[in-house]
Amino acid sequence: MSPEATTKTTYHVPIGPIHPALKEPVFFEFEISGERIIDIDVKLGHVHRAVEWASRKRNPIQILYLAERICGICSYCHPAAFTLAIEAAADIEVAERAEYLRVIQGELERITSHILWAGVAAHEIGFDTVLFLTWEIRERAMDLTEYLCGNRVTKGIMTIGGIRRDITKDMLPRIQKDLKYFKDNFGKLAHIFLDDKTIKMRSQGAGILTKENALKLCAVGPTTRASGIKKDLRADTSYFAYGDLDIDYITPEALTGEVNGDVYDRIIQRLLEVKQSIELIEQCVDKMPAGDIVSEPKIAKVLAQLKKANGEGVGRHEAPRGEVIHYVKLTGEDAPFTWKVRAPTYNNILPWIPMLKGEQIADIPIVAASTDPCMSCTNRVAIVNNGQRSLLNKEQLHRLSVEKTRRLMH
Amino acid sequence: MTKDQKTPEEHVKYLKDKFNTNIISADIKKRAAGSKKNETPSIWMKIDKGAFKEIVKYIIEYNYPHLAIISGNDLGNNIELIYHFTVNYGTRLGEINLHISVELPKSKPEIETICDLIPGALITEREKQEFLGVKIKNIPDNRRLFLPDDFPKDVYPWRRDEKGLEKLYKNLHEVKK
Repeated sequence: MSPEATTKTTYHVPIGPIHPALKEPVFFEFEISGERIIDIDVKLGHVHRAVEWASRKRNPIQILYLAERICGICSYCHPAAFTLAIEAAADIEVAERAEYLRVIQGELERITSHILWAGVAAHEIGFDTVLFLTWEIRERAMDLTEYLCGNRVTKGIMTIGGIRRDITKDMLPRIQKDLKYFKDNFGKLAHIFLDDKTIKMRSQGAGILTKENALKLCAVGPTTRASGIKKDLRADTSYFAYGDLDIDYITPEALTGEVNGDVYDRIIQRLLEVKQSIELIEQCVDKMPAGDIVSEPKIAKVLAQLKKANGEGVGRHEAPRGEVIHYVKLTGEDAPFTWKVRAPTYNNILPWIPMLKGEQIADIPIVAASTDPCMSCTNRVAIVNNGQRSLLNKEQLHRLSVEKTRRLMH
Repeated sequence: MTKDQKTPEEHVKYLKDKFNTNIISADIKKRAAGSKKNETPSIWMKIDKGAFKEIVKYIIEYNYPHLAIISGNDLGNNIELIYHFTVNYGTRLGEINLHISVELPKSKPEIETICDLIPGALITEREKQEFLGVKIKNIPDNRRLFLPDDFPKDVYPWRRDEKGLEKLYKNLHEVKK
């Protein structure tokens, strides 16, 4: 060994901007000692597209479609939060039936998103058969989305004062058939994830986020609930039709009787939420009142009303990954004066630090993926060892993770 | 998390009694939704910068809040920061939104950090520094967050004055010779 190597005890490992979990850019710099992670620094902004600034030249209806394009998986929750903010700022009435239809769309998005996440999580630890199983189920959810919205990804379903497509009586059998399919397969998925010894070994005790840290770092969504904090906008506040529905907080306690805040708990959390979403859609289908689906069908009229409006409003919606909040200020002009968007991952970045400290390099993919980040991902990892750079690409990092699983299986 | 829960009216009354002139205005807005018309209360409060940290401390004492985000407006002479807190989450339909607005003069746009009280505020405070050009005093991490390191200094994208983006994007066709 060179004298340098003996004096230096830790190394810095930059990971990203293109990274291990999902296919989006974020940059990590890990300080490592041997295999252990000692400290983490996160850098963001590689895909900052200045949408808030772009809104200055658009009217609220146009912004709906801009909001939809913030994220491909959350293509419902951003327009939903924006609509809630606009409706609060301009005091616009919402058609009652639409409130229920909005819940159905929101919950369908949650099912799609959580099942996608389950597949990615399985892939990260080397269970690609589970990945294909989950994506088969997800495909059904996507088909149902297409049936209800006419689109699979950017749904174009939200509008100010209501929703753009109704669910008529003849559509119900198809919805019920698909819900039954999800329920049947839910048992299968739960068995795979919750009873498999290897998944338990990889996920139990890994990436722990304590209740105190979750609270102090303002974590949101399944990430915070898996640490035992009862925080779910759908139960906390009354928006859309959630105030009318029978809904309770879900934490991993419901299944295991205890909360550890580890990756395993976050798996349980999301699986239980899929079940909850199915039940919520059923409730909505039962309770939905008849009537109009939008309070003012003429968009020109809505825009004229918004042009006169003065005020500020906040819209908050529980997206699959947690609370998404939009702030809007209207000053009687075509475009809103200010539009601020906050997606859930924004708040779930700081919790990564306590989660990853003390873990191994091979755990980075599954721990990072366990918060279901909506912008992360590693193509390439550079390891600076002894002043010489060697590169680890995404496949090699993934292989490290898979090899760890294999080691545990033997 | 479920101490003696105060109604929004009680919060406003208590804060007005305690901080009197530091509370410039306080409105309670309630918005009903669904068939049962259950309401979600929001408190919109404009406060003086001087009492800001004391008020945050009061909220923490009452019930550790969730800081959703800090949003901001360029109002011309002042920069407004709005801290969006929520308290009482964890009880069915019991959550209260608290939107606390502080105006900072452009001549000296400075405010104390709240990272010592709520560590999760770091990301949003860093974002406000680079996008609105406010100075967060004693912030634990003073680096940029979203903007690249080679982004020009003293340009703040959400400003509407001469420090805004206008001159950057209007002359994109002009190539440096």
